[in-house]
Amino acid sequence: MERINSANELEALRKSILSSRDTNKPCITICSGSACHASGSKEVASRIEEEIANQGLSGTVDVRKTGCHGFCEKGPIIVIHPEKICYFQIKPEDVSEIVTETIIGKKIIERLLYTDPATNEKIVYESEIPFYKNQERLVFGSNGSIDPKNLDDYLAIGGYSALAKALFQMTPGQVVEEVKKSNLRGRGGGGFPAGSKWEGSRNAPGDIKYVIVNADEGDPGAYMDRSLLEGNPHSVLEGLTIGAYAVGSHEGYIYVRQEYPLAVENVTTAIKQAQEYGLLGKNILGSGFDFTVKVHMGAGAFVCGESTALMTALEGRAGEPRPKYIRSNVKGLWNRPSVLNNVETWSNVPLIINNGADWFTKLGTESSKGTKIFSVVGKINNTGLVEVPMGMTLRDIIYKIGGGIPGGKKFKAVQTGGPSGGCLPEELLDLQVGFDELTKAGSMMGSGGMIVLDEDTCMVDVARYFLEFLTDESCGKCVPCREGIRQMLQTLTKITQGKGKEGDIELLEELAETAREAALCALGKSAPNPFLSTLKYFRNEYEAHIKEKRCPALSCKELIAFYIDPKKCQACTTCARKCPSNAIIGGKNLIHMVDQEKCTKCGTCFEVCPPRFSAVKKISGEPVPDPIPEEARIIVRGGKKNE
Amino acid sequence: MSDIVLQIDGVEVAAKEGMTVLEAAQKAGIYIPTLCHHEKLEPYGACRLCLVELESRGRSRLVVSCLYPVEKGLVVKTRSEKVDRVRKMILELLLSHAPDAFELQDLAKEYGADKYRFEKEPSFCVHCGLCVRYCAEVKKKEAIGFVNRGTKREISFIPEIASKECWNCKECFPLCPTEALQAAFVLAKALSFPSTEHAPAE
Repeated sequence: MERINSANELEALRKSILSSRDTNKPCITICSGSACHASGSKEVASRIEEEIANQGLSGTVDVRKTGCHGFCEKGPIIVIHPEKICYFQIKPEDVSEIVTETIIGKKIIERLLYTDPATNEKIVYESEIPFYKNQERLVFGSNGSIDPKNLDDYLAIGGYSALAKALFQMTPGQVVEEVKKSNLRGRGGGGFPAGSKWEGSRNAPGDIKYVIVNADEGDPGAYMDRSLLEGNPHSVLEGLTIGAYAVGSHEGYIYVRQEYPLAVENVTTAIKQAQEYGLLGKNILGSGFDFTVKVHMGAGAFVCGESTALMTALEGRAGEPRPKYIRSNVKGLWNRPSVLNNVETWSNVPLIINNGADWFTKLGTESSKGTKIFSVVGKINNTGLVEVPMGMTLRDIIYKIGGGIPGGKKFKAVQTGGPSGGCLPEELLDLQVGFDELTKAGSMMGSGGMIVLDEDTCMVDVARYFLEFLTDESCGKCVPCREGIRQMLQTLTKITQGKGKEGDIELLEELAETAREAALCALGKSAPNPFLSTLKYFRNEYEAHIKEKRCPALSCKELIAFYIDPKKCQACTTCARKCPSNAIIGGKNLIHMVDQEKCTKCGTCFEVCPPRFSAVKKISGEPVPDPIPEEARIIVRGGKKNE
Repeated sequence: MSDIVLQIDGVEVAAKEGMTVLEAAQKAGIYIPTLCHHEKLEPYGACRLCLVELESRGRSRLVVSCLYPVEKGLVVKTRSEKVDRVRKMILELLLSHAPDAFELQDLAKEYGADKYRFEKEPSFCVHCGLCVRYCAEVKKKEAIGFVNRGTKREISFIPEIASKECWNCKECFPLCPTEALQAAFVLAKALSFPSTEHAPAE
C-alpha cells in the first residue's frame, strides 16, 4: 500500500474503494466478536467460506467477518446484503441451505428469521426488529458492516475524514473548542467533560504530552469497550489521533486488558495498517503532524481502570492508584500532561468533528449529550449491547429494546454503573438515563453496565456480591478501602446468613462514610454505593433479614427452607429422583416430605416439581410445618381404597 | 519563593510553595497523627490518619494532609467532628489486626476507638509500607515488598535479596509500628536462608 500524502489523496482513495465495490454483489456478514465466537460464529464463518467455494460461487459472493452486532442473545447473526436479510442463531448445518436458498434462490428461510415475541410475526430486516429499531446506533452502528481487519472497509464508510478535517481545516484550539461545545462527557465512569480535560492538557506546560485509551473495562457483565475495539478499532484510533492533534501530543497508548486478545489483535493490526497508509506515524496525511500509538496489555485488574492506577501500570509499576491532588491532565503519565479517555469516548470524537458540536448536542438531555452504549444483561429477554440517545428512559431500554423480563417474572431493580453503581427500583423506571440523572438517583452511569434483576433477587445479596468483587479487586493500599470494604462485606455476609443483628445497618453506614470520605481513589470512594443504594430503596429487605431472619426474595440459602405442600403433592416421585442429597422422603402413592436435616437447599425439587402440581414451596421467616404422620401420607387414587 | 499564609486550627501559618499541609502544620508545631508518614520517604497516603477538613469555596471536604499542597488562604481544621469520627473508625479497623501496637493504642485513647469493635484478626501488619518504602527509597535494595492485593496483600521479604542484604542492615526494624516486620523476617529467614553463611564472622 502506498502512503496517502494529502486530504485529496485520501478522498481519491475512498472513491476508488467505493467504485471498485459492487453494491449489488451479494455479501454475507457474520458477527465475529468474542461473544459471537463463544456462541459458535467461527465455525459458521468457515462453513460459509467452504460452502461458497463448493458451490462454485467464489468471487461472486463476499463474506465479511465483522465485529459484534449487539444482539448477543440471538447470535451468531448473519446479514445478507444488499437486501439486508437477517438470520439469527445460525448453526454450521444451516449454512448450505442459506447459500442454496437465499444467495442463489433469493428465497427467505422462515425458520432463521427473528420472531417478534409480542406479535409472533417473523421479521426479515434488521431495521424492523424492535431491538434495533428503538436504538440510535451512531457509534456502534458501523460495527456490523465493516471488517475490523480491513482499513478499506473503514475508509468506505467515511473513515478518517474527520482526522483530515481536523488537520487541514481546524487549528488544535478549534478542535478543543468543538469538543468542549459538544459537551462530550467521559463514557468511562465519572462523566468528566472531555473538552475541559483536553484544554487542561493543552494549556499545561511541557512539550511532551500523552493521550491514552482506557480499554481496561472490568465491570462484571459489561463489554461495550471490548466490542468497539474489536469491531471498529480505526474509529478509536481516529478519535485518539484527533485528540493528540488538539492537545499537542505525539505519543499515544492503548491500555487494554489482556483478557481481550481479539481486541489486542484487531487494534494492533489497525495501527499497522494506519501506519502503512500514512494515517499514523510521521507527517500524517502530509500535514506535518506526527503521532505514534503503542498498545499496552494490562493484567486485568479492575483497579487499573482508575486513571492514576492505569498510568502507574503504564509506567511499568504495580497498578496502584497514585495519591494526587493535581489532575492527571496536568501531571499524569511520567508526570506529564496526559489525556485519558475510554474507548467509547474516543470513538465519539470523529462523529463530533465531522458533524459538528451542534449536531451532537441535539441528542440527549440537558447535561448529557449524544448517545450511550449500554451492556444490558441479567434477567432480560434480549441480552446485548444497545446504543440509545441519552435521556431514553430505563423502561424503554428494558422493555422496548430489552424485551422485558423472561419467564413472566416481575422486574425488581436495575443495577447500573458497574460495581460502584447502584440499584434502581421499579418506581424509577421512568428515569431518563444521563450522568446527573443517574447520580441523583443514587446510582451512576459508569461505563454503561446495566444488570436487570427480577423478583427472585435478594438486594442484600446483590450488595454483598458487589462488595465481594471490590474486596478482591481493591489494590489494598489504603485502610478505608482494604479494611473498610472487608468489614462491610463481612457484615453483609452475616446478614444474608441470618446472623445479622440490630445495629448492623448503622455500622455499615459508618463504614460507608469512612470509605467515601477517606479512601484514596475512586474504587474505594464509590465502593459503598451498592450498599447505600440498596439500603435507600430496599431497606425493608435489610430489616427483614436482620429482625425476622427472613429473605423476602426467598433467595438467601441460610434463610429459606423447601417444603412440600401435602395437599398438592401427587407422589409423582420426580423430586425424589432428582434430589442430589436424598433429602426427599417419599415413595409411590406416598405424599413426599423434605428431610430438613439432609436438605442442601439446592432448589432442584422446586424446579422439577411439575407446574400442574407446584407442590414444592420455598418459605422464609416462618417455621417449616411439622411432618405429617405416615398413615396420613397415603394417597388414595381413583376412589380405589388403599389397604 | 514568597511565603504562603494559610490557617490551621485558627492559627495563621506561613509555608513555602510545594509544601504539604502536614509539613506546614509540623513546622508550626501543630500535631496531626500519622502512621505511614516518614520524613525521609516520599508521601504515600495509605493510612489516611492524617486527614484534615478543608474549607474552600464554602464547602468542606476531607483531604489527607501528607499529600495536599499548601495554598494561599487555605482554611484547615485538624480536628473536627467529622475528622475525629473517620479517624476513630480507621483506628478501629487497624486495631482488629494489631490490637497491641503501642502507637495505635495511644491514638485509640485519644479518639475513643474501641479495639474490640471488629473481630480480632491478628495479622499484625497494618500495611503502612514504611519497611517496603525505606528499603526501596533509602537503601535502594528492595529486599522487602508487597505481594498480592486487596485483603490478601502482605509484606514479604525477597529471599534472594534479603539473604544478602538484611543481615547487616535491619534499619527497617525500628520503623515498624507493629511486630509484623520482625515476624516476616524471621519467617523468611527460617524458610529460605536458615544457614548463617551470610552472618558476620564471629
